[in-house]
Amino acid sequence: MLDERDIARALTRITHEILERNRDSEGVVILGIPTRGVHLARRIAARMSEVEGRTITAGSLDVTMFRDDLRLKPARAIGRTEVPEDVDGKVVVLVDDVLFSGRTIRAALDAVSELGRPKAVQLAVLVDRGHRELPIRADFVGKNLPTSLAEKVKVRVAEHDDADHVTIEGGAA
Amino acid sequence: MIKHLLSAGDLSREDATQILDTAEEMLSIAKRPIKKLPTLRGLTVVNLFFEDSTRTRISFEAAAKRLSADVINFSAKGSSASKGEGLKDTALTLEAMGADAVVVRHHASGAPHRLAEAGWTRGVVVNAGDGTHEHPTQALLDAFTMRRHLGDLDGRRITIVGDVLHSRVARSNALLLHTLGAKVTLVAPPTLLPVGVEQWPVDTSYDLDASLEGADAVMMLRVQRERMNASFFPSAREYSRRYGMDAARMGRLADHAVVMHPGPMNRGMEISADVADSDRSVIVEQVTNGVAVRMAVLYLLLSGRQDHTEESA
Repeated sequence: MLDERDIARALTRITHEILERNRDSEGVVILGIPTRGVHLARRIAARMSEVEGRTITAGSLDVTMFRDDLRLKPARAIGRTEVPEDVDGKVVVLVDDVLFSGRTIRAALDAVSELGRPKAVQLAVLVDRGHRELPIRADFVGKNLPTSLAEKVKVRVAEHDDADHVTIEGGAA
Repeated sequence: MIKHLLSAGDLSREDATQILDTAEEMLSIAKRPIKKLPTLRGLTVVNLFFEDSTRTRISFEAAAKRLSADVINFSAKGSSASKGEGLKDTALTLEAMGADAVVVRHHASGAPHRLAEAGWTRGVVVNAGDGTHEHPTQALLDAFTMRRHLGDLDGRRITIVGDVLHSRVARSNALLLHTLGAKVTLVAPPTLLPVGVEQWPVDTSYDLDASLEGADAVMMLRVQRERMNASFFPSAREYSRRYGMDAARMGRLADHAVVMHPGPMNRGMEISADVADSDRSVIVEQVTNGVAVRMAVLYLLLSGRQDHTEESA
């Protein structure tokens, strides 16, 4: 559905939208949600650094411990949480690969609130596939992909999977 | 992941590594302004302690509370156990109250195993020290502490010194460190080495001085006077001279080597006060790491519980 160049364009556009919405990069903290959200967050931060002419580092925010479905699945490995700066009074931009039920983001909102009290929290996703189960929406969307529940959206990023692309698998053709 | 944590020997290298990696993340939570996670909310952890303990009980309690579990502390003193109630009836009572995890310390070797296998409780059983048998979470926190100082433990040389005979810490450490690829040497007077030690995955020695060179970590064990019903060595002074860690012996260790002790220490007996308080000693750090490791164990055993109950159903 998306190839390497589509992903690059989407991330560049999201970067500019983040800067436009928040006027500039001061006071913005980019936090990726492991695993692939972190890589996307780093790419956005790299693009931001280019535009703003200063180094902006993205952090990562593990939400495993805040999930509401922990007891429905086998124990999950915990990802890394690294926050480059204090989030108090800042605008936190969460970055994830796919927005689906919204439950990961709910967990992320809880995780953020344990780190401090940001001025605002915004959400950037590469793919919004619909089927929300919670009143959550993204501020910055790479691509809206209407899907059926039987389908699976696979995001691959070069840092983790040796390739950049988004595909839809399964479901009725 | 295993269902209960009864023996350090039950852990595969993958399991042990997963616990240590998880503990690394748990440790970073202790540095946050809010040291609490909602992960185990609504679950009940019972600390079932038939034997005295400071460190382990408080450590498990702190770990469970940081993960938002409800904690019930049971100690044999001041309970019906002092009226003669046995392990089974105590366990059935806890089951009736809905314990999701039972952290058990017992003076009898094998008590946690009995508790886990007899079907008295559906909860997860964590061995917090049984008699002279095992103390797996202590081994995990020791391995975690060593890993933070030495990096990967594969090929590292660990010397464990002292009362191996009565030490559940030594047995669990020997098994776990072997799993992680470290080479373990047990050093003790012949009277304080257990029968069958030649079947353990370790080397043994009677000479501490010869075992110091090349050691990456030296773990001193407490001389367990309360378990000694015979004389295992002529005098405390002689023991301390031959098997105690003092400043002179510490000086002969490699620069990167650390000195450990599971606590409680007999200062002046197996370890001299100046060694215990020196910057080579990581004894206080072991306690801090204990909470992180126990958080990791509770998290990994209690989350994803559904699958376990399905398995046993």
